[in-house]
Amino acid sequence: MFLKDYISEVYTGVSSLLKGMRKTGYYFFHPKEIITEQYPDNRDTLKLAERFRGEVVMPHDENNEHACTGCTACELACPNGTIKIITKFDISPEGKKKKAIDTFVYHLELCTMCNLCIESCPSDAIVMAQNFEHSVYDRSKLTKKLNKPDSKIREGIE
Amino acid sequence: MYTETQVIKETKEGELVINMGPQHPATHGVLHLVITLDGETIKKIEPHLGYIHRSIEKMSESLNYRQFIYVTSRMDYLSAHINNLACAMNVEKAMQIEVPKRASVIRVLMSELTRIASHELWLGAMAMDLGAFTPFFYTFRERELITDIMEETCGARLTMNYIVPGGLMYDLHPDFQQKVKAFVKQFKQKVTEFEDLVTNNVIFQARTKGVGILSREDAISYGCSGPVARASGVSCDIRKIYPYEGYDTVEFDEVLDTAGDSFARYIIRVKEMNQSIRIIEQLIDNIPEGDTQAKMKAVIKPPKGEFYTRVETARGELGVYIVSEGGMTPYRVKYRSPGFSNLSALDHMARGSKIGDLMATMGTLDLVIPDIDR
Amino acid sequence: MFSLEGITNTIQNWLYSTFDPTFALLIECAIVILLAIGLFAALGLVLVLMERKVAAHIQIRLGPNRVGPGGMFQTVADTIKLILKEGLVPDLADKFLFNLAPFVVMIVAMLLLAPIAFAKNFQIWDINIGVLYVSAVSSLSVIGILMAGWASNNKYSLLGAMRSGAQIVSYELSAGLSVLTVVVLTGSLQISDIIASQADGWWLFKGHIPVIIAFVIFIIAVTAETNRAPFDLAEAESELTAGFHTEYSGMRFALFFLAEYINIFIVCAIGATLFLGGWMPLHIGHWEGFNHIMDYIPSSIWFMGKTFFLIFLIMWFRWTFPRLRVDQLLNLEWKYLLPISMLNIILVTVIAILGWHF
Repeated sequence: MFLKDYISEVYTGVSSLLKGMRKTGYYFFHPKEIITEQYPDNRDTLKLAERFRGEVVMPHDENNEHACTGCTACELACPNGTIKIITKFDISPEGKKKKAIDTFVYHLELCTMCNLCIESCPSDAIVMAQNFEHSVYDRSKLTKKLNKPDSKIREGIE
Repeated sequence: MYTETQVIKETKEGELVINMGPQHPATHGVLHLVITLDGETIKKIEPHLGYIHRSIEKMSESLNYRQFIYVTSRMDYLSAHINNLACAMNVEKAMQIEVPKRASVIRVLMSELTRIASHELWLGAMAMDLGAFTPFFYTFRERELITDIMEETCGARLTMNYIVPGGLMYDLHPDFQQKVKAFVKQFKQKVTEFEDLVTNNVIFQARTKGVGILSREDAISYGCSGPVARASGVSCDIRKIYPYEGYDTVEFDEVLDTAGDSFARYIIRVKEMNQSIRIIEQLIDNIPEGDTQAKMKAVIKPPKGEFYTRVETARGELGVYIVSEGGMTPYRVKYRSPGFSNLSALDHMARGSKIGDLMATMGTLDLVIPDIDR
Repeated sequence: MFSLEGITNTIQNWLYSTFDPTFALLIECAIVILLAIGLFAALGLVLVLMERKVAAHIQIRLGPNRVGPGGMFQTVADTIKLILKEGLVPDLADKFLFNLAPFVVMIVAMLLLAPIAFAKNFQIWDINIGVLYVSAVSSLSVIGILMAGWASNNKYSLLGAMRSGAQIVSYELSAGLSVLTVVVLTGSLQISDIIASQADGWWLFKGHIPVIIAFVIFIIAVTAETNRAPFDLAEAESELTAGFHTEYSGMRFALFFLAEYINIFIVCAIGATLFLGGWMPLHIGHWEGFNHIMDYIPSSIWFMGKTFFLIFLIMWFRWTFPRLRVDQLLNLEWKYLLPISMLNIILVTVIAILGWHF
């Protein structure tokens, strides 16, 4: 039955096409299904997951104190040389010499957000921030100094 | 390897040599194919690689055993988690560490989620190669749920780096189970959409059935793996043959087909997504309590020797081969990537077909160029 | 009641009373040309926006929504961008043909505008072989495409142009045959006659199943003729990057783009005229009240509504189906559409002779 096959072929073909059109037609007439996020407009309500890895920051408390001892564990853990720690020697009131950080240099342009530095930090001095809008006009702005000026190490952290 | 001028010299009268790529909408990256055409019929295909070579193997040699894992996320970025898993497993094998049960189960769950995400992206891109733009957006809607889950638990959406030697970087997010269940529910509802839009579509079937046929013998001799080989009837699922991370304790089927054409490869991947859902459903309520990290020294120094592990990524078999000299860094690292072997069969599969068929064939190979060209 | 006919008559009377006839005719021509170009630009802007919005909503997106309210001026901004862009000519291209091709495509599209009745008695040229004119002129656009493909000196362009040539020439046949069904039923090639014959009902409803089949074939054939997905082989982007207009940029590309949308409008307008009664309002048998209400809607709105419905249908196709392969495309025409439409035209002829239609 050549003709019968021919007609059934046409019928199944057309019906499969119509099924597809019904699906797309459904979405066309149901604007509620739209999933677009209006990104720059919803910046205020946009909430990123707390584990999201945006950039490395060093939290400071209200006394401008951080927890970094300058042990360079993060510098060693980093696979691509993103972190560079410059240390100095503080002289405590008792007259003892103590190792402390002078500058915590963080190259955001090299960072791949692998989280290995944060894993390796013994005193939890650095954490990942959720900021992801890193674009700047000048590349040099991507090299950051994480410890704030005149900041000190928190008491009791070795 | 031919150079372009050689190809042109060898061209016969009436044949046309076109360079498809490295900038081309259908090569999904920087794959460069030198195609010899007779009219619209393909006479020969020469893939040219090297446009995205980052020497990951050499880089891995200069990084220590904790660090080199993250680099592999950049190989096959769509199944980054599974790549990381392969490396971590190798290090664990070398150090003879037992991974805690909880970490194992979470690794499997994440692997299957990654596999679904990868196949979803492939499905959309494949439909787009064949000229249907809309399924791409529907598949991305579901994939987005997975990347959200990944973002919440692992901290990143694509290059997760969630695995460390000995376990996981951190424990699951409290919302993980609930979100995965919501995803599974939505996925099951929406998967019928692709049947209407793509699978049963008469044009799609006409474009893929009987196109790019790869026989069982050829699949074996070209070293194909993953869905490409399984569509030709080669049983090669590493999860079944060499179970790792407790894949032997979950129930799932290895999907096989014998047609070996593009449609078979398509169907295999769609069915594989359902099998992954099956695994996830079995495990999601049965995550054992306990540690997520085995106790390990800060500095990993595996003994002298050679170590090889293999896993089943979304694209096929990924092998990681490490030669250790007993130091902090590997002496030599070699990755056996699934995409490279699969691509090598392209010339054989596409010869004699039309340019349009090449898109169907290449689309179902599921090529990720950074994986081919490490 | 609003009608375009009144406005045109007033203008014509005023022109002929103020100027001598030759001069008045010239002014009239100028006005028509200006109107046609204006319509072209407006249609291009509206249709491109419509395509993007339809695509977006089908693809669960919002589409352009930044420039102007709801993205209304997005296409205007795009046009400005395209005008400002440099129009590159490849080094080894045939410069003359390369520059000529977009204009050939464009002029063909413009010529097709002539016999279309936009509203009651609002037609540029009511030629007595209207349908024949349309099918004759529309097949000329393939020359422009072949010219573009050849002159670009690009292999992708050449392949695209060759595909397009094979495609347009073959689909011309079934488009012509499906148009003939209406001509057989009407007995006239003149557009105004065809519309007048649908005063008591559109051919789609009056002509039984054969006309419905002819309508479906017509829609498929014109989709292919305008190189739209699922028949967009000439510019199949995943295979040939952009097909025949790969090398075009700036305003020359814009002309191709515009011509594509104008062609869609024209084929849909012809489809609406032949099968859906053109500007004729919807009349159902003896429901006098209903018919009377329908008459109150201006004829131009009826025409535009029907045309845009068909355009929406074609856009819906595009965003749903995968693309056919080149040999399948020709198979579809020669094995399915052509035999069906030949059989169909015999059926229609029988119906017309026996007077079985309403």
